[in-house]
Amino acid sequence: MSLELFSQYLFAGISYGIIYAIVAIGFNIIYNTTGVINFAQGEFLMLGGMIAITCNQFMPLPAAIILAVLLTMLIGAAIEMIFIRWLDNPSVLRVIIITIGISILIREVALHIWGENVRALPYFYGNEITSVNILGANVSPQIFFVIGLCSIIVIILSLFFHYTSTGMEMRACASNRRAATLCGINAKNMVTLSFMLSAGIGALAGAVMSPITYTQYDIGTGLAIKGFTVAIFGGLGNSFAAVVAGLLLGIIEAFSISVVPLAYQDAISIAILLLILFIRPHGILGSKDTASLKEF
Amino acid sequence: MKKLVNLSKKMLLVGAALAFSTMAPVLASAETIKIGAVLAVTGGASFLGGPEARTIQMLADELNAKGGINGNKIELIIKDSGANPEKAISFTKQLIEEEKVFAIIGPSTSGETLKIKKICDQNKMILLSCAAAELIVNPVAKYVFKTPQKDSHAAAKIFGTMNEMGISTIAVLNGNTGFGKAGKMQLKKSASKFGITIAAAETYDKKSTDLSAVVAKLKANKDIQAVVNWSIVPAQGILAKNMRQAGWDVPLFQSHGFGNIKFVEAGGAASEGIIFPAGRLLSPDVLSDDNPQKRVLLQYIADYESKFNEPVSTFGGHAYDAFKILCRAIGEVGPDKEKVRDAIENMQNFVGTGGVFNFSRTDHNGLDIDAFAMWTVKDGKFVLYK
Repeated sequence: MSLELFSQYLFAGISYGIIYAIVAIGFNIIYNTTGVINFAQGEFLMLGGMIAITCNQFMPLPAAIILAVLLTMLIGAAIEMIFIRWLDNPSVLRVIIITIGISILIREVALHIWGENVRALPYFYGNEITSVNILGANVSPQIFFVIGLCSIIVIILSLFFHYTSTGMEMRACASNRRAATLCGINAKNMVTLSFMLSAGIGALAGAVMSPITYTQYDIGTGLAIKGFTVAIFGGLGNSFAAVVAGLLLGIIEAFSISVVPLAYQDAISIAILLLILFIRPHGILGSKDTASLKEF
Repeated sequence: MKKLVNLSKKMLLVGAALAFSTMAPVLASAETIKIGAVLAVTGGASFLGGPEARTIQMLADELNAKGGINGNKIELIIKDSGANPEKAISFTKQLIEEEKVFAIIGPSTSGETLKIKKICDQNKMILLSCAAAELIVNPVAKYVFKTPQKDSHAAAKIFGTMNEMGISTIAVLNGNTGFGKAGKMQLKKSASKFGITIAAAETYDKKSTDLSAVVAKLKANKDIQAVVNWSIVPAQGILAKNMRQAGWDVPLFQSHGFGNIKFVEAGGAASEGIIFPAGRLLSPDVLSDDNPQKRVLLQYIADYESKFNEPVSTFGGHAYDAFKILCRAIGEVGPDKEKVRDAIENMQNFVGTGGVFNFSRTDHNGLDIDAFAMWTVKDGKFVLYK
């Protein structure tokens, strides 16, 4: 394999992987506070993309993205307050099924608002055919915006969860909700906050990746499956692990195309998910002891 | 004959009951003709089903406002299959057994149509499919017709253009839909006839969001002089983007599934120069004034675009043709299933959006290769390819 071809596959893999990683980070935030997986995470991405595209018709791109993020955060908060907040000590399974229901609901509403058409934000730099040459590979500059965004999110999140009192309170709620409540933490508010945070990150990612992947009312499902695979692959709850796992999965997928037909690309990622679930259910970077303390 | 009398008696009763129940001023002799439609209004093929459903609803409303077909109103029952073959099957059964419709328009996709072809034929239900695969009408099923142009003609048009351009080695990509698979089969079948070698063939998922890795793989094969992509999903635009970003500038051919200007808008600069076969609906201005199709096309475009505030696509046109063919046949022979079927099979010179239809006992599509023109994208618009 020539260097040019190698780097072309590598960058294709990085672009897949970084997108998966961002979705996985959204899963992790809610998991970190509530101990459950929010299957409507993919829909937050779709909403972010769609709202930004709509707003972009009336205002400049940065303003449109900011507004989309804020609106999606409000939607995230509203969803939590309407569907989850009033549940008294719900089981993990029940919350998961509720989030699946919410994802279907959001999809149908989006279909009625935006129709079935594919939309996209304009490229942030250049246009559809602009590319930068790195190590002989041609890469779309948009992917650097996605990588940059992802790095910033990971750094800010880890600072937030480890060094701010709100972040630590959110983590406390996840480890032991009752103990956290006894310490005077308002657990319900923390859950709402985590939904807002993951909705906001999802929306931001959805807007930034929209030029690459396009946005359609049902794009969330596919992204959520890959994001979930990556979240499990890396170890649930760890944003840094999500990035490592995402890149790994993306690169494996990209290089797999060089040997097997493209049609098997998804089969490979699902096979990896199954393998991980059998061999290391706590993820490649997760700790077995921590995992055994958790409910899910 | 006795059956016929019975049937019309029943229909009279239904008509009377309807008139009574709605207290509408319906003439006692008028009937309501129920027409079913199974269309992918949502889901991966909503690009097809959306415009199709809107088109036939518009036509039915128009027709009813004018008093229906010889006084018989049309009642349209549209079912959204979401491009899911299982749903298409159950909706078809429902339309036949419960709703007892007169005829069915749709489905939007080839995969669904192939699944219900036999059901319709066995139940003697007229089916006017809006899907492209040639397998729908070849072998011929007595009650199954289709309005989009044939795959084999599309493949022949593409290969013909390649011959003119001196291209002999190509790569084929297709989406994993019924349409994509049927197209790939058709390309493989007729390639040798045109002296064209398919050096690589790849299939991608209909929900693919990035194809840069497979583009890298194909680009590494220096023999490939052109790429043919056969699908109806948004990946058509994604492929174009990834090819141009990778700096691979071989000609990109798409199938007649590319005939929606929204694909061009989504692909932006990367769509420039894409070559594909399609009917003349995309830009009727290129037709001379004495072409019989021109008036039909301009009328449909004006009606649709003023009503729905979005550009027409060839897909809505397929439903337009299906609806109009059915109505013309009913208008000619009255609401009798067998007679209508015969009328469609013998219909000649029907000017539709897809071309001029001439049906026969062996040809339930009725279009010849001239129904296609080769198009390309220039400055974000469809123009005829020279």
